[in-house]
Amino acid sequence: MIRELDFSAAINEALRQEMKRDESVIVFGEDVGFFGGLFKCTDSLQKEFGKKRVRDTPISEGAIIGAAVGAALGGLRPVAELQFIDFVGCNGAMDQIFNQMAKMRYMFGGSLKVPVVVRTPCGSRYPVAAGAAHHSQSLEAWFTHVPGLKVVMPSTPYDAKGLLVAAIRDDDPVLFIEHKLLYYIRRMPSLREKYSSITCHVPEEEYVIPFGKADVKKEGQDATVIATMMMVHKALSAANQLTKEGINIEIIDPRTLVPLDKRTIINSVKKTGRAIVVSEDCKTGGVAAEIASVVIEEAFDYLDAPIKRVSGLDVPIPYSPVLEAVAIPQEHNIIEAIRETVGK
Amino acid sequence: MSDDFERLSKKTLVDLYTKMLKIRKFEEKTAELFAKGFIPGLVHLYIGEEAVAVGVCANLRNEDYVVSTHRGHGHSIAKGGDLKRMFAELLGKKTGYSKGRGGSMHMVIPEIGVMCSSGIVGAGIPIATGLGLAIDVKQTDQVVACFFGDGASNTGTFHEGINMAAAWKLPVIFVCENNLYAISVPFKEVTLGNNVADRAVAYGIPGVVVDGMDVIMVHKAVQQAVRRSREGEGPTLIECKTYRFRGHYEGDPKKGGTYRSEAEMLDWEKKCPITNFKAKLIQKGFLTENKAEEITQKCIKEIEEAVEFAMESQYPSPDEILDNLFE
Repeated sequence: MIRELDFSAAINEALRQEMKRDESVIVFGEDVGFFGGLFKCTDSLQKEFGKKRVRDTPISEGAIIGAAVGAALGGLRPVAELQFIDFVGCNGAMDQIFNQMAKMRYMFGGSLKVPVVVRTPCGSRYPVAAGAAHHSQSLEAWFTHVPGLKVVMPSTPYDAKGLLVAAIRDDDPVLFIEHKLLYYIRRMPSLREKYSSITCHVPEEEYVIPFGKADVKKEGQDATVIATMMMVHKALSAANQLTKEGINIEIIDPRTLVPLDKRTIINSVKKTGRAIVVSEDCKTGGVAAEIASVVIEEAFDYLDAPIKRVSGLDVPIPYSPVLEAVAIPQEHNIIEAIRETVGK
Repeated sequence: MSDDFERLSKKTLVDLYTKMLKIRKFEEKTAELFAKGFIPGLVHLYIGEEAVAVGVCANLRNEDYVVSTHRGHGHSIAKGGDLKRMFAELLGKKTGYSKGRGGSMHMVIPEIGVMCSSGIVGAGIPIATGLGLAIDVKQTDQVVACFFGDGASNTGTFHEGINMAAAWKLPVIFVCENNLYAISVPFKEVTLGNNVADRAVAYGIPGVVVDGMDVIMVHKAVQQAVRRSREGEGPTLIECKTYRFRGHYEGDPKKGGTYRSEAEMLDWEKKCPITNFKAKLIQKGFLTENKAEEITQKCIKEIEEAVEFAMESQYPSPDEILDNLFE
């Protein structure tokens, strides 16, 4: 029988195994100890590893990230949880990320390293729960703009475990971004049925997924879709529908935005001649803009059609489900974009 | 000036004096090099505040940590930094502590525990808390000395960092160098309470106000705080009332005299931590004029050699631009 874990359990297992393997790994953040985290990713870790290594913090985002930086300078491998990515602007947390953590190795001439992992949930939970403007954003593009940070965005429980292990063992700071809807997949049959591509198979043994290696989720020759996190599954769902019409789409999940596996993306576009980039963050200055630029710079001569971006609207995430559904990309938006690109 | 000399050995007293003088001479040379155009970037000098860094660091062991600031040369020298590599960094040379990547504000010396210095006011405070956390998890008896200014005391990270360190009883000595001005803005105009250290009550930790121009008083206060931290009793907030004798940065018109009165500046210069301590040491028989002159000459020689090293050092090569960004 295939061993299945949901997304948060896979993260929990990575943390537990790494904490067992290496006593310099510690975990702290808001509600991560006794309560096990709002999304249960740190469930029972405090019970197993004690209050010194798994700590509940005050609501002090600046001090959470700052203390992670300091603890890393002091020889530990902290995994700090930022309860929602929306809180990254709170209380100096972002300063600690982009001015301190990201720059220290470079600005100190390589004399120090900062092996911090900041785990943080992002994205809309539509149709499960309306988080509205302060609990639903996708801010990953902000971090890709800061030299010195690695940005990781898993789309399956399997990837979440292997990439988190890699993040903890990495000697550089890593933003580990978890899409909230993925937490619910295994628990909610309706979602699981809809996004059947999200396999929950997670082996018990330790494994590492190296950064900078994209995953080709589906091969095809008519167009390349590059998608991240939850959008990988929406794109797969869209592609399955188009297969019935004889349109075969190749789908690539970069898995890490920094470093970005440009080679796999470029080679795919050279093969298909068409590219659609799907990401949930706001369109302007977003992830899709960057990936599209990479394709234009390196594979322009191979393109048979303009690149299309399917991204979040440039709007705060609204509360009403009717509006929230429109604010973020849905399967029909992806299908439309693919149809326009392939001209069918 | 304190008369509380008895508990310190003659050697310690002379060392305190020598370290302060070394900082002063280093900073005077830095001002000179800046004026001559040899330093390509910003420098914030420590002249006037030497008693704080020296009084604090004299209580630290090599493996204890220091979190420094944008006005950090004094902290590094007090902890035992090599003047050659410091000058080289100020000049942007490859032999500098940060290989010319950091400059004045971003110099760390991990081998002697100087782990952080930042151009962002207040940012070092939670980082010091994190170093304390590492000590707590590893269960060593190290301590962290976290320097910051009165300006930083009004940032949010001051509250977050000290509260967290207090709640977890972490071994951090928070040292506020209150030089009365956040660049041009007087502390008392933007803060109603008189003392930063009074806030310690709210965090449930000891708060101490000391004369930051008196190295003996700083030393004494920090000694108690370090003992407390090593014994696992948590942090202390020490506020050193001090004054910078130059501007906020080199180039600040009239050495900061556009926003500070001449009378005030002269008044504080009379409190010079080095001149007064020297007089006291001579008066008490711990030092002679001859010995003092010998110390000065030795200090000047060390600085001249360091400058020569820095001047002769190579600049980084442009093809190193991306080195050390990642592992």
